[in-house]
Amino acid sequence: MKKPWMVLLQKPRPSKETSPGRLPLIKDPGDRVFSVIIGSASVFVIVLLSAFVLLLFYDSLESIGRFGLTFISGSAWNPVETKLNPVSFGALPFIFGTIVTSAVALILATPLAIGSALFIVEYAPLWLGKIVSFIIELLVAIPSVAYGIWGLFVLVPFMRGTVEPALQTILGPIPVLGALVEGTPIGQDLLTGSVILAIMILPTILSVSREILQNVPRLQKEGMLALGATKWEVLTGAVLPYARGGIVGGAMLGLARAIGETMAVTMVIGNSSTKISPSLLTPGYTIASAIANQFTEADSAVYFSAIVELGLLLLLVASVFNILAHFLTQYILKGGDARHA
Amino acid sequence: MRDLELARIRSRKISAAFFYGLIILATVLSISILFIIIYHIFVSGVGALDFDFFTKIPKPYGEAGGGIAPAILGTLIMLLLAALIAIPIGVATAIFIVEYGETKLATSVRFAVELLAELPSIVVGIFIWALVVRNLTGYSGFAGSLALAVIMIPIIARSVEEILKLVPDTLREAALALGTPRWKVVLFIVIPTVLPGMFTSIMLAVARAAGETAPLLLTSLGNAFFNFNLRRPMAAMPLQIYSYAISPYDDWHKKAWGATLLLIAIIGILSGAVKYFTRRWNHESR
Repeated sequence: MKKPWMVLLQKPRPSKETSPGRLPLIKDPGDRVFSVIIGSASVFVIVLLSAFVLLLFYDSLESIGRFGLTFISGSAWNPVETKLNPVSFGALPFIFGTIVTSAVALILATPLAIGSALFIVEYAPLWLGKIVSFIIELLVAIPSVAYGIWGLFVLVPFMRGTVEPALQTILGPIPVLGALVEGTPIGQDLLTGSVILAIMILPTILSVSREILQNVPRLQKEGMLALGATKWEVLTGAVLPYARGGIVGGAMLGLARAIGETMAVTMVIGNSSTKISPSLLTPGYTIASAIANQFTEADSAVYFSAIVELGLLLLLVASVFNILAHFLTQYILKGGDARHA
Repeated sequence: MRDLELARIRSRKISAAFFYGLIILATVLSISILFIIIYHIFVSGVGALDFDFFTKIPKPYGEAGGGIAPAILGTLIMLLLAALIAIPIGVATAIFIVEYGETKLATSVRFAVELLAELPSIVVGIFIWALVVRNLTGYSGFAGSLALAVIMIPIIARSVEEILKLVPDTLREAALALGTPRWKVVLFIVIPTVLPGMFTSIMLAVARAAGETAPLLLTSLGNAFFNFNLRRPMAAMPLQIYSYAISPYDDWHKKAWGATLLLIAIIGILSGAVKYFTRRWNHESR
């Protein structure tokens, strides 16, 4: 990031012929002190991030060493030693729960977010667009635990009483989709967790998509309109192809948030079953909700280590999606052509 | 031939109208979510807000009455301490990223801030637990404050960075050309120009941290009594909401709703009213 005014900071180079003497070089002792203070705060941020990874890695060493890859592939989570089951930590059910809820949340939230973003940018007059995006983006300000209590007392009964039976009557007879809604509707299950997550990541995907759509060049849109295309044809022909990479980036940012979201999911997902079943109507765990529920119960060193490894897993996966999202969106906002992204 | 063309145009128009309808539907659905949630929180919570709610300590298991005063107090104490820790670090980081942006270090700092800001908050809880709770203090208000500070730092750094970028480079150039040293340019020219904006973004970060639950669960734990000692477990509103909401008692459910309403009101005041005041401040100084 070289800025034009930084030229002023360079040492002036006197030319032998014209300048009678050197230009006075500005040197102020305060500059050194200031840059050290500012710089050390910034270095602290890097140290903090490294400390996160190192400390979590260090504390999960015991679990990594003892279970290795079976931690990810195994599905037996037995923190307590019994005659039948030796102690083992296989996080597959939690990983499964996280993948399912995040994926379903993404499927639910992305169309809503893209639709709203298109309305805000392409259809609504400026003032209305501003109001609409303000209202939807306010959802970010609601704390996770508030979503949790709303989910527990409003959404769960609604899902149990209305949505889930309706889904069963519609999807039940269809061969593959029917398996998704098998079982008794109980409300506290993977589906409800997904709906809460969808609501929570909606504003994230919306604000990224809106920003991307606002950066689509006018010329292409106007060109298509001039050729007599309808509004919808302009959107599918000129706007969405250009914005595709950025919208995928927004969805990934939403996915990263969904993966790490803890409290709201913990309160509605049931936290009881560790079996993996295709039905969305079974209660489950996500990685994050397993940590929240079991952290204070971890009484043995290896149990604790296993839980920290869950945290490490969460940290790595969320960071990977964040980095991907970052590159996808920055590419467009800096003027690259998304179709080659 | 003409008829065929007309029919094609009609079908194109119909599909345009159809998708317009879908887009409107998506928008209406997205907007209504906020109103539905706020409506439920208001209706269920407003009844719980009486005098006792703000002044009394929680009653033992299952007994009706009492309040959540320790939680309100705990949240305020921990937020204040967290802000005191996070503001200098966050603002300094932002200044470094913008004003020393030519260095390689600034690029990596920016990247680190990005990643920190998107860390799952429960991971922050585990980190502070392993770093502070396990060895130094046990579950404590201090650890809770640190966790909230870690959440605030990247948010402050990111938003203050955006604000600092708004200062036109010509302003910096003018000052430098007059022989002003760089640190004076930053402290006495750049920052005063954007002070209201910085204040707003810091308050937004504090508001974000006010609602954090997961990290506090692992660090400050919660407490049913008044506690001013930062070395002891401390109550907080989000923790109180969580433990009351998952309890089996109706009275506690009502209090959880009340606390949620209060928490959202506090967040709204921190983020909304501050914006209003800084706008007025801007007008007056001009």
